[in-house]
Amino acid sequence: MTTTSAPQTRAPRAVRRLGDRLFAGSARGAGIAILLVLAGVAGFLVVDSIPALVAPPQDVPGGEGVAAYIAPLLFGTVLAAAIAVVVATPLGVAIALFLTHYAPRRLAHGLGYVVDLLAAIPSIVYGFWGIFWLAPRLVPFYEWAEEHLGFLPFFAGPASATGRTMLTAGLVLAVMILPIVSAISREVFSQVPTLHREAALALGATRWEMIRLAVLPYGRSGVIGGAMLGLGRALGETLAIALVLSVSAGTVTFNLISSTNPSTIAANIALQFPESSGIDVNTLIASGLALFVVTLAVNVIARAVVNRRADFSGAN
Amino acid sequence: MSQLTSTPPGTRTSPLPGSVRAARRLPRWTTAAVFAGALAVVLLLGALTHLLLAVSVLLAAVLATVALYALSRAVEGRRAATDRLVTCAVVGAFGLAMLPLVSLVYEVVSRGIARLDSEFFSSSMVGIVGEGGGAYHAIFGTLIITGLTALISVPIGLLTAIYLVEYGTGRLKRAITFLVDVMTGIPSIVAGLFAYALFAIFFGPGVRLGIAGAVALSVLMIPVVVRSAEEVLKLVPNELREASYALGVPKWRTIVKVVLPTAVAGLGTGVTLAVARVIGETAPLLVTVGITNATNLNPFDGRMATLPVFAYYQLTQPGVPPQYAIDRAWTAALVLIAIVMALNLVARLISRFFAPTTGR
Repeated sequence: MTTTSAPQTRAPRAVRRLGDRLFAGSARGAGIAILLVLAGVAGFLVVDSIPALVAPPQDVPGGEGVAAYIAPLLFGTVLAAAIAVVVATPLGVAIALFLTHYAPRRLAHGLGYVVDLLAAIPSIVYGFWGIFWLAPRLVPFYEWAEEHLGFLPFFAGPASATGRTMLTAGLVLAVMILPIVSAISREVFSQVPTLHREAALALGATRWEMIRLAVLPYGRSGVIGGAMLGLGRALGETLAIALVLSVSAGTVTFNLISSTNPSTIAANIALQFPESSGIDVNTLIASGLALFVVTLAVNVIARAVVNRRADFSGAN
Repeated sequence: MSQLTSTPPGTRTSPLPGSVRAARRLPRWTTAAVFAGALAVVLLLGALTHLLLAVSVLLAAVLATVALYALSRAVEGRRAATDRLVTCAVVGAFGLAMLPLVSLVYEVVSRGIARLDSEFFSSSMVGIVGEGGGAYHAIFGTLIITGLTALISVPIGLLTAIYLVEYGTGRLKRAITFLVDVMTGIPSIVAGLFAYALFAIFFGPGVRLGIAGAVALSVLMIPVVVRSAEEVLKLVPNELREASYALGVPKWRTIVKVVLPTAVAGLGTGVTLAVARVIGETAPLLVTVGITNATNLNPFDGRMATLPVFAYYQLTQPGVPPQYAIDRAWTAALVLIAIVMALNLVARLISRFFAPTTGR
């Protein structure tokens, strides 16, 4: 597509009009602007979190320094996101399999659109739904779990009476990342070469055996990448958690069904920021920086996994 | 549902009669019958023990799956039984995933309908305690801030996509592609903090401006626009470009007159979906724009109200008695979902009606 590509020899240079130069320049400028924005995000977060990092520990909220303030939040963030990924990955893969290999073809397109609608719903509405619909319905289960599964640290209790627990928050997150996991899995599952599938079927495989032998090995990196992208989304999710989770500062616990839970970084910022000033703001920005670094790492790894697949699939 | 794609060799086609064991198959109606039977049994039990309807249906599905597996294993053998089990699990998982969507839409509509009246769309929250009030200020705030966001993001995003597809080479192109991917993953609250920090430099700490919210949302919207526009521009056939060059049309005119008009449907769809994505964002607006009860339509002057933030505060700080504010919050959520769904619909329609006509 680059017809005016690099002049290999000392041939006369292609005529470059003013319009061409302006247009190419502005397109290039827009691309560079993106680099600047991303650098700006990182730069401003670093600059604004320095006052909190150098401040005496007793001035920082919690009174024990920035690291002690962020650590429980980071724990809560990772815990909630981990629950979400553990729940959403198998479900997302099942949905992708249903849409690509089980549903009648005529129906699959419409159903896929319905699944995509899940991604379009704003996160605050998920928060509303989590508080008013999901949480009360999970309370009986939590009471049952405390009674019968109390020997596990996850269900130690005492069971929350409102249902606004870490497990509820994780499940809400799972619903929110489900469309991401299933969309990427669907993408790779539908790219499985027909010959592979037909070869399996021709050898007498049942549909499940065909999927296990041909589809899943081919789509594995897509599933992993999708799950990691979902993880990145779940780590940064804010409002749903801020609404659903009932938090108590500084908690670190694996107990998923009680009403004392660690908060997450993003939810904590949303809850504290509007009423903060001075060094508190810097501390919150420092926690935001920690979140940025974690999600950045997860996303970069996820993209690497997904793109490695793209190199092989030949569908560019 | 349970019909298998592969049929085991039947005796009819076997050249040596008796050499291949006749595969024993369950009749087609087995699945339906087993599920109906399990449902009947569970509902009967449920009526006796007062089980919840949802729990009964779940129990019935599990029971039927187990029964079908056992039956199939006895008659058809292990492999076919596993296949049926997985089919049940996959279909069940899909049904389970639909449950949140259905319940969410039902919940929002049934709770939000209470305050879906003309007052909600015509009055702000000035001097409202308890009953009444509306989201006029918040709806307009959302429209203004989202409009500004689109104004910032669409040119940058579109030009970047044009650079990546038409001009980009080498390391800069790879770097931008990679960073756009990375930008897609920026948590929305971090984008909000960035915009706050940026504007705090000029306006001092504690700044709350509509334009700051638009900048924060742009950080989230630009990568979405770039991604979708890039995909669409790649689809424009090279023959069109080459035909244009062959006529001596400069490259930039080729892009403006040939490439972009060909891709306009896809670009419109992409931009609309990107707007739908950011219009419901709450977290960045919470830290950059804040909330106000009065109508402020100037994004360069102080706090503004936006629909998602309005819903958030009505729910978390309802005042006494709380019910009125909670009703307003649900109606705001309903309006928000309606806007997002409408934008999605518009995106579909754009891609259907403005698709390039071939064979002109």
